[in-house]
Amino acid sequence: MNAETPDILVVGAGPAGLAAAIEVSEHGASVTVADENAKPGGQLLKQTHRFFGSERHYAGTRGIDIGTKLVHKANDIGVKILLDTPVVGIFDGLVAMAVGQKRLLAMHPQRTILATGAAENAISFPGWTLPGVMTAGAAQTFVNVHRVRVGERVVIVGSGNVGLIVAYQLRQAGSDVAAIVEAMPNIGGWGVHAAKIRRMGIPILPQHTIKETRGDGRVEQVVIHQIDKRFRPVPGTETVIEADTVCLAAGMSPRSRLAEMAGCAFVNVPELGGRMPVHNVVMQTSVSGFYSAGDIAGIEEASTAIEEGKLAGLGAAFSLGRVEQAVYKERLMAYTEALDELRCGPFGKERKQAKDRVVKGYDEIAN
Amino acid sequence: MRRIHEHPILGTLKDAEECTIVVDSKPMLARAGEPILAALLAHGVYATRLTEKLREPRGLFCGIGLCTDCLVTVNGVQNVRSCITPVEEGMVIETQTGGKRER
Repeated sequence: MNAETPDILVVGAGPAGLAAAIEVSEHGASVTVADENAKPGGQLLKQTHRFFGSERHYAGTRGIDIGTKLVHKANDIGVKILLDTPVVGIFDGLVAMAVGQKRLLAMHPQRTILATGAAENAISFPGWTLPGVMTAGAAQTFVNVHRVRVGERVVIVGSGNVGLIVAYQLRQAGSDVAAIVEAMPNIGGWGVHAAKIRRMGIPILPQHTIKETRGDGRVEQVVIHQIDKRFRPVPGTETVIEADTVCLAAGMSPRSRLAEMAGCAFVNVPELGGRMPVHNVVMQTSVSGFYSAGDIAGIEEASTAIEEGKLAGLGAAFSLGRVEQAVYKERLMAYTEALDELRCGPFGKERKQAKDRVVKGYDEIAN
Repeated sequence: MRRIHEHPILGTLKDAEECTIVVDSKPMLARAGEPILAALLAHGVYATRLTEKLREPRGLFCGIGLCTDCLVTVNGVQNVRSCITPVEEGMVIETQTGGKRER
């Protein structure tokens, strides 16, 4: 066994991965987190908005501050974080990573927690490859983290929370947002966000989508049109908008390739972003020793990712005999309750039902 | 300039050490440690490369190193992801013009 091998390896230093590593450390097991990025914190680092929910779920705190807190807590408790270290493969339980993008390290940890997050979905249309067309997250990263405006005038495709929040943040950064187009008849995101956008005078256009972008070397014009209930263009509704940027906010998909390599069984749950590994109540996948947490286990919020991370850390540490039965039961109940609390309300209820299907998928395989 | 100096939430942009990179033979000032693509965008360079066959421009797309659209040549090494690779003093960057693959 390699001297660098911890009891438990966590892949991904976002909210789920850091919460998992902190939980594991609290039970005295050794843990290493591998992350491909130069800084820990995952996508929280670019989230300048305040979170909703109750106080224990960091309500009222900005994502960037939650990320910083988690990183400090992980450092304080002695979690080892390997940065610039993409995990490149899992071969029969052997996990291979490129430490510092340079040295190949293969280890066989007793438990592995996959907290690899999600990737944004793209939409294709004529001109979608022109510079100026980017994911909403890309715009958010460059504006909020690197402090560079990605364009002067923006059209946003998709009115889910990501589209609405990014519209607001681009405006804060001094870009003009010409419109948000939404293919569905209703706005996808929360009413509070949509109201804020409308107060700023940014039109949200339901049943509209992007037709094409035009430009020489980069986006110069964006053509939108109305669509009917079957998503067919309505003739005569084309509008040309002078804009240099298009942000695609078309949802996300779990980044599940490592789970595929580990041999995990999958389930397709469209409400949570597509295919993901099934897991049980403590986030263990169908492959013994492998756990999932956060967006890889279904696209939700950073707050749910943190609770899932704790669950995975608890489950993994308990399975190694590091947690007393009473403590295990107590924490299991607390984290499960916290997740139930986060998954209430009209949006949350749907997610709760969808998450139950992920667990049902596990039960079907296990029994 | 496209840099965001003042931000209502994040405050004033902190001073950073400046470094000079060379982009397509021209010197360009960058903030030490920022990704190559941030420096390029700040100076209005949006296309990082042309595709090999159709010579179509490409630039920022995912911003986190996943999509490999924003590739540039750095110090002679091709296909470097400009959105996640930090600038270094004296770095020589070429926007790629495709057709560089060895055949």
